[in-house]
Amino acid sequence: MATIEIDGKPYQAQPGQMLIEVADANGINIPRFCYHKKLSIAANCRMCLVEVEKAPKPMPACATPVMDGMKVWTRSAKALTAQQAVMEFLLINHPLDCPICDQGGECELQDVAVGYGKDVSRYHEGKRVVIDKNLGPLIATEMTRCIHCTRCVRFSQEITGIQEMGAPGRGEHTYIGTYIEKNIASELSGNMIDLCPVGALTSKPFRFAARAWEIQQHDTIAPHDSLGSNLHLHIYRNQIMRVAPKENEAINEVWISDRDRFSYQGLTAEDRLTVPLIKIGETWQATSWEKALAFVKEGLKKVISAHGNQAVGALASPTATVEELYLLQKLMRGIGSHNIDHRLRQVDFSDQNAAPLFPYLGQAIADLEHCGTALIIGSHLRKEQPLLNHRLRKASLRGAKIILINPIDYEFNLPIATKIIAPPAAWLNHLAGIAKALLENRSSLIPHSVEALLATVSPDAQQRALAQTLRTGNKRTVLLGNLATAHPQFSVVRALAAIIAKLSGATLGYLGEANNTAGAWLAGAIPHRGAAGNPIAAAGLDAYTMLTQGMKSYILLGLEPELDSCSGTAALKHLQQADFVVSLTAYRTATIENYADVMLPISLFAETSGTYINVVGNWQSFKGAIQPRGDIRPAWKILRVLGNLFNLDGFEYTASDQICDELRQQVGNKIIGNKTAWQIPTHLELNSTSGLQRITEMPIYSVDALVRRAIALQHTLDATQVTGIHINTQVATQLGLTANNPVIVKQNGAVINLPVVIDERVPDEAVLIYAGQVAQIELGAWHDQIELTATC
Amino acid sequence: MSTRLAKSDTTTLLSAETRTAIDRWLAKYPPDHKQSAVMGALSIVQAANGGWLTTELMDAVADYLAMPPIAVYEVATFYSMYELQPVGRHKICVCTNVSCMLCGSEDIVAHLETKIGVKLGETTADNKFTLKEVECLGACGGAPMMQIGREYHENLTPTKVDEILAKLE
Ligand code: SF4
Ligand code: FES
Ligand code: FES
Repeated sequence: MATIEIDGKPYQAQPGQMLIEVADANGINIPRFCYHKKLSIAANCRMCLVEVEKAPKPMPACATPVMDGMKVWTRSAKALTAQQAVMEFLLINHPLDCPICDQGGECELQDVAVGYGKDVSRYHEGKRVVIDKNLGPLIATEMTRCIHCTRCVRFSQEITGIQEMGAPGRGEHTYIGTYIEKNIASELSGNMIDLCPVGALTSKPFRFAARAWEIQQHDTIAPHDSLGSNLHLHIYRNQIMRVAPKENEAINEVWISDRDRFSYQGLTAEDRLTVPLIKIGETWQATSWEKALAFVKEGLKKVISAHGNQAVGALASPTATVEELYLLQKLMRGIGSHNIDHRLRQVDFSDQNAAPLFPYLGQAIADLEHCGTALIIGSHLRKEQPLLNHRLRKASLRGAKIILINPIDYEFNLPIATKIIAPPAAWLNHLAGIAKALLENRSSLIPHSVEALLATVSPDAQQRALAQTLRTGNKRTVLLGNLATAHPQFSVVRALAAIIAKLSGATLGYLGEANNTAGAWLAGAIPHRGAAGNPIAAAGLDAYTMLTQGMKSYILLGLEPELDSCSGTAALKHLQQADFVVSLTAYRTATIENYADVMLPISLFAETSGTYINVVGNWQSFKGAIQPRGDIRPAWKILRVLGNLFNLDGFEYTASDQICDELRQQVGNKIIGNKTAWQIPTHLELNSTSGLQRITEMPIYSVDALVRRAIALQHTLDATQVTGIHINTQVATQLGLTANNPVIVKQNGAVINLPVVIDERVPDEAVLIYAGQVAQIELGAWHDQIELTATC
Repeated sequence: MSTRLAKSDTTTLLSAETRTAIDRWLAKYPPDHKQSAVMGALSIVQAANGGWLTTELMDAVADYLAMPPIAVYEVATFYSMYELQPVGRHKICVCTNVSCMLCGSEDIVAHLETKIGVKLGETTADNKFTLKEVECLGACGGAPMMQIGREYHENLTPTKVDEILAKLE
């Protein structure tokens, strides 16, 4: 510990800390532009100059390490003169266009200028002008305002990991930009808006929409990835104007992904449903809530009396709140059916009884930063869980080895130690090979059944190398991603992953899917367990069975199953054939009109109170921040009334937190954790497939109904390259196909035309087709043999 | 590009000779500091391309040295010896920095401009000369001075400039 004195008062500091850190920790204000606690120190703006005893010149507080006995003055005459001089220099080329600048009122330059600037400028020469850049649909630029603090450049280099921003030119001709015209491709790019201390980088969708002082701030939780990032909503006239991160070191640090930042645009989409609708004959009629709910009751009763209560199934989006999911399962179980599920992108449920309480990361989020080795099985992590990826990136910068088994050779922003890129069908062989290679080095305490299971497996060099890497490093983890969960033999993937984790002394974890996947498990939106994971007598039907075998009646919560599930075609067919379909939906689409009998308009993110549980089991509750339009109601209220209409007990809630409390009591202090007991499949079917295999990925900006309608995000690179049929050059040459030309795609009886996209990330013998795209629905299941033939 | 679908292939843009020449630079630095060779690499690539760099060539250098392209653009736009537009056969770089200015570089510039008929920063129509203003080239002792190709010409007078230009093809 060092003791230093700032402005005459003593403070304790860690040796090596910078002066500005000590000042910040103690609430002493030092002006700054380039310094940011999460970025490297550039010390190029010089705004933080302070007087230090015995130093001949003022020193930058952000780049001066503390020393025991140091005496510092932040507001002495010497310090102030220096700060004022720097301010004057910084304003030389600044346009001072605050009245027409979006940053006005919340601008660090403006604030500091008020404190340190002169009333009148002494600079009469011409100011430099910088040509604007187009950085894509998310970030608006006004580069003349830039003060060259380089925060955005350092962010791009250090945080996004793939540098896109830079400072080309020299001296007065230096400017900040990308040099070539390009859209910023990082999934974290929006954070540059927050980092930029001036109005050079601002939010494009927010541009000129409101002034900072007109805005009200509400806090909420992000509605997409498994992290549950903490958010500030900026609201003006009951509309979300923009979204910014709320600092939470344990979850999102100071960042948020672009998906969490810009998806709010989906709230005001054109196809937003604002009144309850019922289908009379073939026409849709707007109606009152009373009539609509009576209609629902009648419809369901009719199905139940004709076909029994097992004929009804409920499917819910894992983006719904805990309260909604809990009431939905309570309603279903109240009417006597366990047919409820939220796992729309899973096919293999055979080992669901052995699953943990919820798919758990297995460790704290921040622990990922300190792992020594991580094996990621089936995840486009950068796009699935951008901020978990960021934690692993930090680990890898500290020397951690990251190992991959993936179907596509995704571009990562961190060094990959070793990887296996193969279609999912080949994963079992690889996983078994790795397990065997590990087994060969471990003899004691291995259940005989594991050895028996792997008896015939002989690992190849690649699998051995991977196992070897996995054995190094002191904190190890094996992580299952969304592409693993969707695997047609997920149970075997999971079992092998668990065996690998055991054999290598690694923590097994799930990277999680949606913002409330964990909440859906705990709330009981699963067919085989009740709320809080309590056992039930006999399991109901899982999502896949409900969608592929058909039900007489469906209740849908926040879903477009044709896009959201991994069996879109089957889903559409069976929804259309069903007698009675209730859709609690925020949107009215032609497809829903086609299969539903009732559409009930529900509140979305920010419009309702509720709770999300993230991948490490944090319950995060929030209040509604804006009033939804028209007759839109929170789904929990709708479900409560339905419960009443069915005369079920325990539906007397008056506020959503009563529901949450009820569930919390049931969960009590159940221990979360991924099962550590051996789960050994009875046999391994190591298949060798032949022919082209379809690989499917749910792209980042298609994961749920809200984000699919966020216009700005839909214009990013990530959203625009998801069309067509992706194959590598070798496959294209083999089949005589060329880029951009349509090809006839045959899968399981369906035949459609899609343009060819040459994509070298795709392995041989495989085809990448993105999910969540209207054009591709007809093709059906995510994993299948597929045939391509050239047109003409 | 962080969402690119294809790994770029530098071999088509950088000839075998160019790559061997860059490898000589690379050998001087530790293997994990390939970017240290960027200035040498850009000079080699520029020379092989008639004296200027295209964005594609800079991208190729970036890939060859495992750098982000923007980091290469930063270097190429910072130093005045890299050209991002086509130049004439002879690039005349006149120093107008303080020592040269005090010793009469303004007259030299004026003379050059009338003699070859283009302004600073321009190229003659026959593509023979490009006239360029540069900062101190470290030859202040011989001010005023200019650089043509790899040669420094010092203690310039209008007559001396004429003689030098006359010798150029
Ligand atoms: S654009 Fe903003 S963040 Fe980037 S260097 Fe300029 S002022 Fe700093
Ligand atoms: S904040 Fe210290 S120099 Fe910029
Ligand atoms: S000022 Fe011209 S060479 Fe130095």
